[in-house]
Amino acid sequence: MNRQSNTFTSTMTVDESAPATPSEGVPELIIEPQKGWIPVHFGDLWQYRELLYFLTWRDVKIRYKQTVFGFLWAFIQPFFKMVVFSVIFGGLAQMDSEGFPYPIFVFAGLLPWQFFSEALSRSSNSVVGSSNLVTKVYFPRLVIPLAAVGGCLVDFAISFLVLVGLMAWYGIAPGVGMLLVGPLVILTIIAALGAGTLISALNVAYRDFRYVVPFMIQIWMFLTPVIYSVDIIPEDWQWALMLNPMAGIVDAYRSAILGKPFDWSNIAISAAVAFVLFFVGAVVFRRIERRFADII
Amino acid sequence: MSAPAIQVDNLSKLYHIGARERYHTFREAIIEAAAAPLRRLRNFGRASSSDSNIIWALNNASFEVEPGEVVGVIGRNGSGKSTLLKILSRITEPTEGRVHMRGRVGSLLEVGTGFHPELTGRENIYLSGAILGMKRAEINHKFDEIVDFSGVTKFIDTPVKRYSSGMKVRLGFAVAAHLDPEILLIDEVLAVGDAEFQNKCLGKMDDVAKSGRTVLFVSHNMGAIADLCPRTLLLSRGSLQADGSTPDVVSEYLTVATPDGYVDLRHWELERSGDGPMRIEAFEILDSNGARAGQIECGEPIRFRFSVRGKPGARCNLSVAIRDMMERIIYNPNTRDDKATVTLPAERSVVELFLQDNRLARGDYSASVWLGDAMNVTHDRVHHCLKFRIEDSSLGQTRSKGLVRTNGQWSVKQRGI
Repeated sequence: MNRQSNTFTSTMTVDESAPATPSEGVPELIIEPQKGWIPVHFGDLWQYRELLYFLTWRDVKIRYKQTVFGFLWAFIQPFFKMVVFSVIFGGLAQMDSEGFPYPIFVFAGLLPWQFFSEALSRSSNSVVGSSNLVTKVYFPRLVIPLAAVGGCLVDFAISFLVLVGLMAWYGIAPGVGMLLVGPLVILTIIAALGAGTLISALNVAYRDFRYVVPFMIQIWMFLTPVIYSVDIIPEDWQWALMLNPMAGIVDAYRSAILGKPFDWSNIAISAAVAFVLFFVGAVVFRRIERRFADII
Repeated sequence: MSAPAIQVDNLSKLYHIGARERYHTFREAIIEAAAAPLRRLRNFGRASSSDSNIIWALNNASFEVEPGEVVGVIGRNGSGKSTLLKILSRITEPTEGRVHMRGRVGSLLEVGTGFHPELTGRENIYLSGAILGMKRAEINHKFDEIVDFSGVTKFIDTPVKRYSSGMKVRLGFAVAAHLDPEILLIDEVLAVGDAEFQNKCLGKMDDVAKSGRTVLFVSHNMGAIADLCPRTLLLSRGSLQADGSTPDVVSEYLTVATPDGYVDLRHWELERSGDGPMRIEAFEILDSNGARAGQIECGEPIRFRFSVRGKPGARCNLSVAIRDMMERIIYNPNTRDDKATVTLPAERSVVELFLQDNRLARGDYSASVWLGDAMNVTHDRVHHCLKFRIEDSSLGQTRSKGLVRTNGQWSVKQRGI
C-alpha cells in the first residue's frame, strides 16, 4: 500500500518536472542530538544576515512608535542626563574633570556608557522577549541578541550628534584621536555582546536575571569612570579598575574625543577582558541554546 | 530512484515534566545541584527515581519521504506530531536518532510568525518573510502577489494591531504561502480563518502539493488530509503506528478504540480535559433490543448510556458529539437544546440518551462526551472515546452520498387533478 502511493507521487513529480529532482548543490541537513560544547557557526549567521537587518530595523522602528517626540527621545535622554550630572557632580560635588568643562567631560563618558548599558539590558531580555519566534521557527538564535545590540547603535549615532553640538559649543576641535572612535565602538559592541549573550541565555533558564540586570547596570556604572575621572584611582591600582572592560573603553573614548593622551596599557587590559567575556558569552549561549525551545 | 528528501531514523525526544525542563529559579538550581550527588548516592544501583517524570514525546520513529511526496501526519493530542515537526524544523533537538533532509526546508508552525502589532502590513510582510527564511529580493519580487492573495490591499499601510483577527490570519498565510523551499513542513495552519479563506488556503496547498515539493502536513482535519495527501503517517503515544495510503490509515486512526460499544473511562486519559468533581466513568451504546452494540443498523434507534459519578442532588448538563470519519460533527444532542434537566439521584448514577430518529448514514463514527454543571462549567470532557459503526444490511446497500440518510416519500400522480 505504502509502496504504491510512493510510486504514484513520484511519477507525478517527474511529470511536473523541475525542482525536486536530485541535483548537485542541494543543501543537505542532518539533525542529530549534539553533545557538549558547540562552536559558533559563522557561516550560518552570515546566511541569516538579512534577518539580522530586519530584526534590528524592527527594534529601531517600534522603539519610538506612538510617541509624540519620536526620535527626539534619543537626543533628549542623554542631553538631560548630562545636564543633571553636570549640576550635581560637576557643580555641587566639584568632581575633577581633568581640566575639561564638566558637561563635555561627562558626556564623552556618558555616550559609550549609555550605548553599552542599553545594549546590555536590551540583549539580556531579547531571547525571552522573542519566545514566540524561538518556539516557532528556526534561525541561529545568536541573531536575537545581535539585533538588540544593533538597534542601540542607531541611538548611539544620534547622541553622537549631541556630542558634536557640545564640542562646537565649547570650542573643542576634533583631533586625530577621533579616528579611533570606530574601533572603540566595535570594542563596546564586543563587551556588550559578551555580557548580553551570556545573560540572555541564562535568562531563558532562570528568570531571576530579569531583576538582576537593572540593578547590575547601576552598580556597573559606578565602577566605570563615567562621572569621575580615572585619575582619582592611584596609578598602581588602575589595572584593577580596568578588569571592568567598560572602564578602559570609556576612558579611551574620552581620549579620542577630548584629545587627552591614550593610556594604552589600561586599554589593553580592558580589551582583553572584553574579548574573554565575548568568548564566554558565546560559548554559554551556544550551550543553552539547543534547549531554548524546551525551557523558554 | 533518488535519495529520500526526508529520512528519519529512530528519532526520539524525551521531555522531563518535573521541575527540570520548566521555568525555575536560580536558587532552585543551586539547591538541586547541591542535592543531586546526594540523591545519586542514595539511589545508587536503583533505577532512576524520576521515571514517572519523563515523557517520550517521540519514541523511535523511523520513516522516509521521497522527493515530491505529500505526506499527512495524524494522531491524537500528545501523540508526538508537533514534536516531530519541531525536530524536523530544528526548533528543538532530538534526544536520540537522526534526520537527514535533502533540500531547503521551510516550516510553518503558525500563521503570522513574527508579526509585530505596531508595524504596518507592508512592514510585517518583510519581517515575517525574513523570519521564515525568504531573501529580501525574493519578497520584493512576490510582494504584490502576497498582498493580492491576502486581500488586505487597502490596509497595507495600517498597523497590524488595527487589523481584525481574520485579516491578520489572511496576511500571515499569504506570506507563508509564498515560501519557496523544496521541503515544506506545515502544522495545522488551515484551522483558522473563515470558510471562504480556508478553501482558498486549501486550494493554495493543493497547488503546493502538485508543484513537486515535498510536504509534511500535520492536521486534525481528516478532510484536508484526505484531499491533499496520498500517504499518511499515524502517530500514537510517540510511536509510528501506521504508515500507508491515507484512507487506510485514517480509518485505522478512527477505529483504534473499542468496537464493542462500551468504554470504561475511569482511568482514561487520552484527549480528556476538565477536572471537576463530576466524572463520567463509563459510556456505552445500546441497540433497539437494549443490548450493548458496536454496530447499529441504519434507522435503528440508538441509546447512549453514561455512568456518572457526582454529588447526589447535583444538577448537570451533558452533550454528545457524533463525528464522522472526516471529523465533521453530524449529531450533537445535548441537555440544553433538548431542555432536559438531569439531577443526579445518587453518588453513582446512570444517565441515558435515547435517539429515536437515527438518520446516520452507513459508516464509522466516533462519539465524544461532555459533562458540565448547571452553569455549563466543564467538569469532564472526553474526545473520541467510543467508536461505532452504522450498518445497512437490512436495507440493502445505500446509494446516498449524503452525510445523513433521508426517508423521502416519493409519489407519482396522474396530471390534471
